[in-house]
Amino acid sequence: MAVLSEEQSMLRDAAKSWVQEQSPVGALRKLRGDGAGLGFDPAAWREMGQMGWAGVVIPEAHGGSEFGWLSLGLVLEEMGRTLAASPLLATSAAAAALTLGGTDDQKAEWLPKLAGGEVIGALAVDEGPHHAPGKIALKAERSAVGWTLTGAKTFVLDGMAADLLVVAARTSGQPGEASGITLFLVPGDAAGLKRQALKLADSRGAANISFEGVEVRQDAALAGGLDLLDQVLDRARALLAAEMLGSASQAFETTLDYLKTRVQFGQVIGSFQALQHRAAKMYVELELARSAVEAALAALDAQAPNAAELVSLAKTRAGETFHLVSNEMVQMHGGIGMTDEHDAGLYLKRARAAEAAFGGQAFHRDRYARLQGF
Amino acid sequence: MADFGASDLDAFRTEVREWLAANYPPELRDGGAPTDPEAIWGGRRFEGSDDPQIVWMRRVAERGWTAPSWPKEYGGAGLSREQARIIEKELAAGGYRVPLASFGVWMLGPVLLEYASEEQKREHLPKIVRGEIRWCQGYSEPGAGSDLASLQTRCEDAGEHWKINGQKVWTSYADKADWCFCLVRTDTSKKHEGISFVLIDMSSPGVETRPIRLISGESPFCETFFNDVLVPKNNLVGRVNGGWDIAKRLLQYERQNISGGFGAGGGAGGVAGDLAQVAKDYVGTDEEGRLEDADLRARITRNKMDVHALQLTMARIAAEQKASNGPSAVTSIVKYAAASFAQERSELMVEAMGSQGLGWSGEGFSPDELRATRGWLRSKGNSIEGGTSEVNLNVIAKRVLGLPDPK
Ligand SMILES: Cc1cc2nc3c(=O)[nH]c(=O)nc-3n(C[C@H](O)[C@H](O)[C@H](O)COP(=O)(O)OP(=O)(O)OC[C@H]3O[C@@H](n4cnc5c(N)ncnc54)[C@H](O)[C@@H]3O)c2cc1C
Ligand SMILES: Cc1cc2nc3c(=O)[nH]c(=O)nc-3n(C[C@H](O)[C@H](O)[C@H](O)COP(=O)(O)OP(=O)(O)OC[C@H]3O[C@@H](n4cnc5c(N)ncnc54)[C@H](O)[C@@H]3O)c2cc1C
Repeated sequence: MAVLSEEQSMLRDAAKSWVQEQSPVGALRKLRGDGAGLGFDPAAWREMGQMGWAGVVIPEAHGGSEFGWLSLGLVLEEMGRTLAASPLLATSAAAAALTLGGTDDQKAEWLPKLAGGEVIGALAVDEGPHHAPGKIALKAERSAVGWTLTGAKTFVLDGMAADLLVVAARTSGQPGEASGITLFLVPGDAAGLKRQALKLADSRGAANISFEGVEVRQDAALAGGLDLLDQVLDRARALLAAEMLGSASQAFETTLDYLKTRVQFGQVIGSFQALQHRAAKMYVELELARSAVEAALAALDAQAPNAAELVSLAKTRAGETFHLVSNEMVQMHGGIGMTDEHDAGLYLKRARAAEAAFGGQAFHRDRYARLQGF
Repeated sequence: MADFGASDLDAFRTEVREWLAANYPPELRDGGAPTDPEAIWGGRRFEGSDDPQIVWMRRVAERGWTAPSWPKEYGGAGLSREQARIIEKELAAGGYRVPLASFGVWMLGPVLLEYASEEQKREHLPKIVRGEIRWCQGYSEPGAGSDLASLQTRCEDAGEHWKINGQKVWTSYADKADWCFCLVRTDTSKKHEGISFVLIDMSSPGVETRPIRLISGESPFCETFFNDVLVPKNNLVGRVNGGWDIAKRLLQYERQNISGGFGAGGGAGGVAGDLAQVAKDYVGTDEEGRLEDADLRARITRNKMDVHALQLTMARIAAEQKASNGPSAVTSIVKYAAASFAQERSELMVEAMGSQGLGWSGEGFSPDELRATRGWLRSKGNSIEGGTSEVNLNVIAKRVLGLPDPK
């Protein structure tokens, strides 16, 4: 655990107790039966808004607390422990797009509402089954009032609930080219915008969204192009890595408890060295992942030049660790780990879905190598 | 220790930088003249030597900077942890040679500071700081490796002296060391509670060493025999039969130190240099600057990311432990990870060099290439020395995770 400020410790403790009491794993189970397809509980989200979590990375001038990315990461880590579902990550990433690329007017219009949780934000970036921000094809063409957007986005996290979409579009050039990308602010109720809810293995909310000649005003565009997109994505990636770290930590602790209580061959199974060594290796992986995640979040707060590298390290490490631990969670629980009644399966599914979002291990290893010049 | 603010540390950094630049022997600059490869370890045999490495060591030691955080009365510089780190960093950043490599500084000194009598500290610590005495570690025996506490080397009361009989093995540099810190059995009726920690002058009658050759072709370690070796009574550290706690504490310092070397990307056997750059040089790149061999590129990336995460972990542990004193069971986490990453790195290094990474000696190979081959083989010891990887996993499972012993 990083050395925390008093503010951060308080925020983390508050998040820990709220999550454990108000959003245990059982809350996610309930969502599975819910037909709305939002993938989170709106009442819980309202409470998060009231606690100020949606404003943690939003400037004070616009209604946030500006505690920063490490602070928000602590909240998401606690939420990850119980697989608590909410649009906090997506909304904070949308807020980052405005903070980093918005004009004063754009910020004044949207940030206070995002900070209070009244407006839910989401990032619409990918267009195929793999994360590929370079390959954006969705077209933005000049119109009389501003821009017309035509194309389709896939796997938009919290895309069903979003009131404000941050859409990556191409104003010029071909898919694969670095120049010609612009981020647009698109209200969720814009005409010509169609959403299709996706029912995912991890029960979270996501949507495919098509844009059939969606008209936006001139001032819907954010400044910064692909660089801005990269910075916004890095914030989403780091937050997701923090959430994955929390999930992996809990999956490990639950498994460790089982190793200390399940008796076979006349002794607790945790006394078998074959399992002890695997448990010890998981612990080592968790320690390495924690270091990477905290370093990435701290680098974003400090706007450090190697932040991108650290974020790719964090997302990769968190992904590796969460996969390892959730698979071992099933295995070390034996038959009971295969049952729907047990939590192990929920962590396993979440690990796979979180891996796919904002770039998996292969994407981030490649990116890390490129950033290091090989 | 004084609490230094950031500006004081900056001033200290400047002072260190200037002093190093002013006092580095000109013979060592820019690669420099070859020096005796053993000189970096110091010891009696270099008494009065004017080898530039020894001159460098003496100058740094005079300021206490070979053991910067040790108290001044024992030859150290009495500096804070932050200041000591600054010296370390400035030495590395300036490309200076390490002034002194020493089991005394890394392992023995810290436990003497914790457990030894005032007289013992005054006798041994200053000589360690000044590199005058080279120490070796007499722990392992033919029958006592991972199960170190089963050691049998006998230590009996012979009036004025202790009398030592037995055999040690894998004693690194025993043939070159002046003194040995040694685990001996003072009570045969108990296991852990029958062990004592003694300091033995290797020039005593009855001490014999025989070098053992490694797979890397080098002979850094020995079998060590003790035949009726007489050791003065006051060379026993701590209580009689109270050596096991000291032994374990020393192992933590050893693991921490071994890992520190790995963290920098090296480790014993590690070859300096950026793995990705080596691969680029030997494999080539495509038009986008990526390594041409995609499979090798992916594996090198993994290893670099592993090492990066480990370095961050070591920094985090250091920050978290700032208030606590010394290393703990978490050193096993770092030692385990460091050993496996260092070994992978050594494998990747020879793989990247292709047939140039297979040279054993002679012409057709650069010194770096020959070092890579030998280093690859030497690195296999990383997961054995200082406690094997399996033993470290046991320590994590039991001490950190609280898992029980099998019935
Ligand atoms: C899909 C499925 C179908 C099944 N069908 C049938 C069926 O038709 N009929 C039937 O009778 N049973 C069936 N089973 C049960 C199955 O045989 C048991 O789940 C299995 O034997 C493991 O027992 P357990 O679940 O009690 O796990 P446990 O024995 O409690 O094991 C828990 C963990 O401890 C490990 N472990 C246990 N002992 C040791 C040891 N000595 N050393 C190292 N590790 C150890 C295990 O490998 C496991 O990882 C089925 C199970 C599944 C998942
Ligand atoms: C390069 C090098 C330098 C060294 N320098 C020194 C030195 O200066 N001084 C010194 O005293 N010693 C030194 N050693 C010795 C080193 O400490 C021992 O080799 C080490 O402790 C292992 O002991 P062993 O070789 O007897 O192997 P063993 O203990 O016999 O182990 C054999 C295998 O069994 C495994 N094993 C043993 N017990 C368990 C267990 N409980 N659970 C699971 N697996 C187990 C081990 O992990 C290993 O894989 C050095 C070793 C090397 C390689």
